[in-house]
Amino acid sequence: MSDVYGDIRKTILSNGLTVVLREMHHAPVASFWVWYRVGSRNEAPGITGISHWVEHMLFKGTPTYPQGQFDKLVAREGGVFNGMTWIDFTTYFETLPSDRIDLALRVESDRMVHAEFDPEETNLERTVIISERQGNENNPGFLLGEALQAAAFQAHSYHHSVMGWQADLESMTRDQLYNHYLTYYAPNNAIVAAAGDFAYDAMLARIEELFGAVPVGPSVPMVRLQEPVQRGERRVIVEGPGTTSYLEIGYRAPRATDPDFFPMVVLDSILGGAKGMSLFGGGTANRSSRLYKALVETELAADADCGMNPTVDPYLFSFSATVREGRSLEQVEAAMMAQIERITEEPVSEQELAKAIKQTRAQFAFSSESVTDQAYWLGFSESVADVSWFETFMQRLEKVTVDDVQAAARAYLKRTQRNVGWYVPSVIGEVQGGSNE
Amino acid sequence: MNNKFSNPALPGPGDILRRTLPNGVIVLARENWTAPSVVVEGYLLAGNLDEPAELMGLASYTASMLSRGTLRRSFGEIAEVIESVGASVSFGADRYITSFSAKSLVEDLDLILDVLSDELRHPAFPPEHIEKVRGLRMTAIAERENDPRQMASMAFRELCYPDHPLGRNLMGTRASVAAVTREALFSFYETYYAPQDMAIVVVGAVPAEEAVARVAAAFGDWGGKRPGRSELPPIPRPAKVAERRISMPDKSQSDIFLGWPAMRRLDPDFDAARLANTVLGVFGISGRLGMNVREEQGMAYYVYSQLASNKLPGPWALAAGVNPINVERAIQSMLDEINRLRDERVPEDELEDSKRYLTGSLPIQLETNDGVAGILVDLEWYGLGLDYVQRYTDLVNGLTAEQVQAVAQKYLDPEAYILTVAGPGAKG
Repeated sequence: MSDVYGDIRKTILSNGLTVVLREMHHAPVASFWVWYRVGSRNEAPGITGISHWVEHMLFKGTPTYPQGQFDKLVAREGGVFNGMTWIDFTTYFETLPSDRIDLALRVESDRMVHAEFDPEETNLERTVIISERQGNENNPGFLLGEALQAAAFQAHSYHHSVMGWQADLESMTRDQLYNHYLTYYAPNNAIVAAAGDFAYDAMLARIEELFGAVPVGPSVPMVRLQEPVQRGERRVIVEGPGTTSYLEIGYRAPRATDPDFFPMVVLDSILGGAKGMSLFGGGTANRSSRLYKALVETELAADADCGMNPTVDPYLFSFSATVREGRSLEQVEAAMMAQIERITEEPVSEQELAKAIKQTRAQFAFSSESVTDQAYWLGFSESVADVSWFETFMQRLEKVTVDDVQAAARAYLKRTQRNVGWYVPSVIGEVQGGSNE
Repeated sequence: MNNKFSNPALPGPGDILRRTLPNGVIVLARENWTAPSVVVEGYLLAGNLDEPAELMGLASYTASMLSRGTLRRSFGEIAEVIESVGASVSFGADRYITSFSAKSLVEDLDLILDVLSDELRHPAFPPEHIEKVRGLRMTAIAERENDPRQMASMAFRELCYPDHPLGRNLMGTRASVAAVTREALFSFYETYYAPQDMAIVVVGAVPAEEAVARVAAAFGDWGGKRPGRSELPPIPRPAKVAERRISMPDKSQSDIFLGWPAMRRLDPDFDAARLANTVLGVFGISGRLGMNVREEQGMAYYVYSQLASNKLPGPWALAAGVNPINVERAIQSMLDEINRLRDERVPEDELEDSKRYLTGSLPIQLETNDGVAGILVDLEWYGLGLDYVQRYTDLVNGLTAEQVQAVAQKYLDPEAYILTVAGPGAKG
């Protein structure tokens, strides 16, 4: 039986696979996604980064589609594909001309159970993963974000980044990776989301044919970790190369399913502008937002922003700024704090509230142009909440009142709950000269 | 596949409306009724090539000033009126052009056209905003100095086009940004911003004739011409290996660029070169480079090749980010793949893969308003013709392995190339 939400249909197959579908016939294309409810949230110390590495291994071949075959097949049908790992999920997609979308169903149902994890391929991928990490380390924002996340979460596995710690990436074994795959990659822990130019019944029937026979996996270990109440501000300093300073401040945020999530979306738009709902960026420029006016217009910062992700467990509402040349971290932090205090102390205006809602409505409309964006949102919603969360998003946002915003600001943006990170440029010099020449 | 698309056919003369206004503005419009949104994109002929050498970055600085206040609206008013309806209007200068891009719900099309026209035609260059923007650009330059990928890329450009305006950086240097005055900005604007040969593309839920009428209402009474562009010096191919290594201690990864100035977009070699580049560094997970450097050697998370042809010969470059100890091995692997493309004819099935990718991915590129608008802008800028998208599949399928090998031999010289590396351990 399918549940119907607007023009979205949701079905759960007998092996536990959740299927969410939306027909869209504006162009002869379709996008097919499989989401696994596993991410860095499910990782224990010692194997941090394992979910992301497993994601890489799903591009390294099965008996049916050996190494190098999968990407070739999709590309030669004119398709685009990728995989992504996040704190709460790992997901894979193919967007193809709609008469060729069946290829996506075949490869995804195959690699749900038949990925090989060849030992030699696994080892080659170790250095690719480490290279990905080192590329990120070249960016001060990554180093600061990783340190701040670690300070903000002490008990919960949101403590470590999706990328994982370098030492774990060096020591992790093929068997640990394979075991992670066997544990979490199963229909009972997965969601299929598709949008585009297909007919519901035919698509569902084909999904049942290809995925319905995949056996139910072991019961998935529950994440029972809970972050205790934070009892006071925490501060982190990261030193590294460069001449630019960066500020990041994180507060514990409500999870996606918390009723407080929606007032916080409005608060986010008022402080930093509405965020894009496209997988590939977008969003309103935020030059009329409070943070831009208070930090960039005043020539303290080169940019200033805030943001929050819909997550399974309470994650972070973050503020960030790039300190302008000639200004200091102290100045920028003080100006940022003043804005945070203001939104907790004074009600926002009705005009600001209306603007936040209109901005989000426009972002929704833009994202409905693309089957890839639509399927992404269907799967994302189902993995952190459920698909009705997405379907009713605008209605719930439109019910938010000025009082709701202030109450949420007071509940979440508390002094004792904040984690303040500074990136301070300085010369360490330990790798000067290198070892390659 | 269902047969009820609102835009079933490839864009072509039958559904792209193209009009030239009396003042020289070219308008292209195509309808798309999928979502209640609309995109406006286009360009005018004012670019980095028009800058005085000592004021590198002036074109981009001028473009940044457009939203900083007009004769009718302050910076704050522009931001408020656009953002309060969830729209966006932005500008950016490239080498040849200043481009613009705007997006809104269709109910707000008149508003974004009005703001776009106001910003392009009546910018005020308020002095305090000139200093605000200067500070932002100085911070961006400081961040660039600390980013190995940007440093390697900038050096690559300089070495590809020595003593040539194409070798300039779009942002400029600390010295050139410091030297920009209000007079210089205003004079650049007055001299080069004109409707002559400007193009405006409208794609979205608005009838094409109506889109043209609305653009005409916003831009039709703008007059003036810019001076012609003088002929630029020829671009020689490198005669030997030209190399620069930039030392950036404390970084974790080194970034490499290796390549050549190649050919114009309208050069008869371009189509074969695009196919060769797809084989080399695009198809699947970054083509042969991806297979060699990433899959078989596990050396890099990113490696690819890119052919950036334009009105003048653009660069054809290979790029990768690797651990500092693997820099020489990665460069050798790049050269190995270049030699293979030169020495061995690409097997038919591999060539067919890349052809199918180039032609088959068209429906995905054409799905969104942004995607269609981007293609229409290219058709106009390069003069490819309104039927180009419809001719494209035959054009790609007609290419042969011999042509691919010939362009590889002509442009990808393994004895004479530009090489830049930035990262820890690179000798300065």
